[in-house]
Amino acid sequence: MKRSHWSIPYAIFLGVFVVLPLLLILVYALQDGSGHFTLANITRFFSDSDALGTFAVSIEVAIENTLICILLGYPAAWILANKELNRSAVTIVLFILPMWINALMRTLATAELFGMFGIPLGKGTLLFGMVYDYLPFMIYPIYNVLNKMDKSYAEAAQDLGATPWKVFWKVTVPLSMPGVASGVLMVFMPTVSTFAISEFLTNNKIKLFGTIIQENINSSMWNYGAALALIMLVIIGISTMFTGGRKEAEEALI
Amino acid sequence: MKKFLAQCYIWILMVLLYAPLVFIAVFSFTEGKVMGRWNGFSTRLYQNLFTGQMQGSSSLIAAVENTLLIALVSAAVSMLLGTIAAIGLHNMSGRGRRALTFLNNIPMINPDVITGVSLFLLFIFLHFTQGYLSVILSHISFGTPYVVLSVLPKLRQMNPNTYEAALDLGATPSQALWKVLIPQLRPGMISGFILAFTMSLDDFAVTFFTRGTIGLETLSTYIYADARKGGLTPELRPLMTLIFLIILVLLLFINVRQAKMQKSE
Repeated sequence: MKRSHWSIPYAIFLGVFVVLPLLLILVYALQDGSGHFTLANITRFFSDSDALGTFAVSIEVAIENTLICILLGYPAAWILANKELNRSAVTIVLFILPMWINALMRTLATAELFGMFGIPLGKGTLLFGMVYDYLPFMIYPIYNVLNKMDKSYAEAAQDLGATPWKVFWKVTVPLSMPGVASGVLMVFMPTVSTFAISEFLTNNKIKLFGTIIQENINSSMWNYGAALALIMLVIIGISTMFTGGRKEAEEALI
Repeated sequence: MKKFLAQCYIWILMVLLYAPLVFIAVFSFTEGKVMGRWNGFSTRLYQNLFTGQMQGSSSLIAAVENTLLIALVSAAVSMLLGTIAAIGLHNMSGRGRRALTFLNNIPMINPDVITGVSLFLLFIFLHFTQGYLSVILSHISFGTPYVVLSVLPKLRQMNPNTYEAALDLGATPSQALWKVLIPQLRPGMISGFILAFTMSLDDFAVTFFTRGTIGLETLSTYIYADARKGGLTPELRPLMTLIFLIILVLLLFINVRQAKMQKSE
């Protein structure tokens, strides 16, 4: 037996547990309750002001969260990857560690912290909590790219007379774009699809798109829920094409 | 000066990131029902947790047991399936390799909700009764890609001739596998196992959609239900503090080991 055949069991597994389920989203989205083909679920979304409103809010929150994560995370990643400024490998572990703690529990603790300081729950606390949850996912891929970057490019620019500021903007930043792209991929879509977290951070005032999907599935409106999931899948496809840096996104995690 | 500013920035971010975790840890040492109200130092919550004397204790302990059982089983299967798949993938080329790599990436890119809904529809479609098995299968599906990605670099570093050399020197294929191949892959397999394990521990959305209606609760779904009822079970505070410490030790262990291995190379 050839050794390349060893991947066959996993290929079958992926077929059943990844490809088929995604196809089923498409199938259910294009069916009515009795199994007939229809586009009604899709058109319903575009006339459902509740779902549309939630969708707009989700995109807005996701864009704001992604931008704040880049603004806060890029300098942090740059400092962590800079051998002169940070010599300890433990620091980076400490930064990615919160990713592995139960997000619900962290969120609830954040909400309680706001309560203790008398800060009312709303849009502001939602963004704050989202940045808490997703900042490590932005820092880590950028750090990885900066860390592996060939330092001789920056040195060459310096030798040719560029100021440190110019070296940073014209060499370091462009070369680190794949890391930023993966960070965006790992922050933007998960923010849109968040459910449960947004309710806890806003005391049920603001819902995000993931919650709408969950509510429909849980109240047995599978076809409409599937249609909403399909809409998200389409957006994921588009945003992956834009960022392109799919490969680094996963490799950045390891 | 520059170094001082950089250090300050890192420390401020660190304090912000850890504030909620420290908050939980601090209030695990008091008896107050509500987090944020300090009424004296006490290790009562820890005692309650270990002796099981608390309100609704049986369901919390059952949730912890379920979480660990699901994480262990799914990470173990992921490790096995992912390692075999990585060996196959390493020996593939061209279109097949690209296709499999692409499929392997999907579970990592998909948001939890999409994974959860799609697997929910799968189990409905197959008339598969949802419960332990459906949750474990779902966790295997998002854990295995991490094992594959952890084992692949080890295969690349390995000298491809050692396996053949073992066979030439008279080892049976299974001896060559266990004495030559597996020892070289073991670090990647262990990292992959730990990643799949922690992903499973942390999961909420996928479990939520695939656990069915048999009343199966993991820690995440327990916390969710608890918070919806209003007011978290106080014993969750010491529990989360302990979990946090365990994960801290595990991650530091992986990283120190990796740093050592890089040095020895």
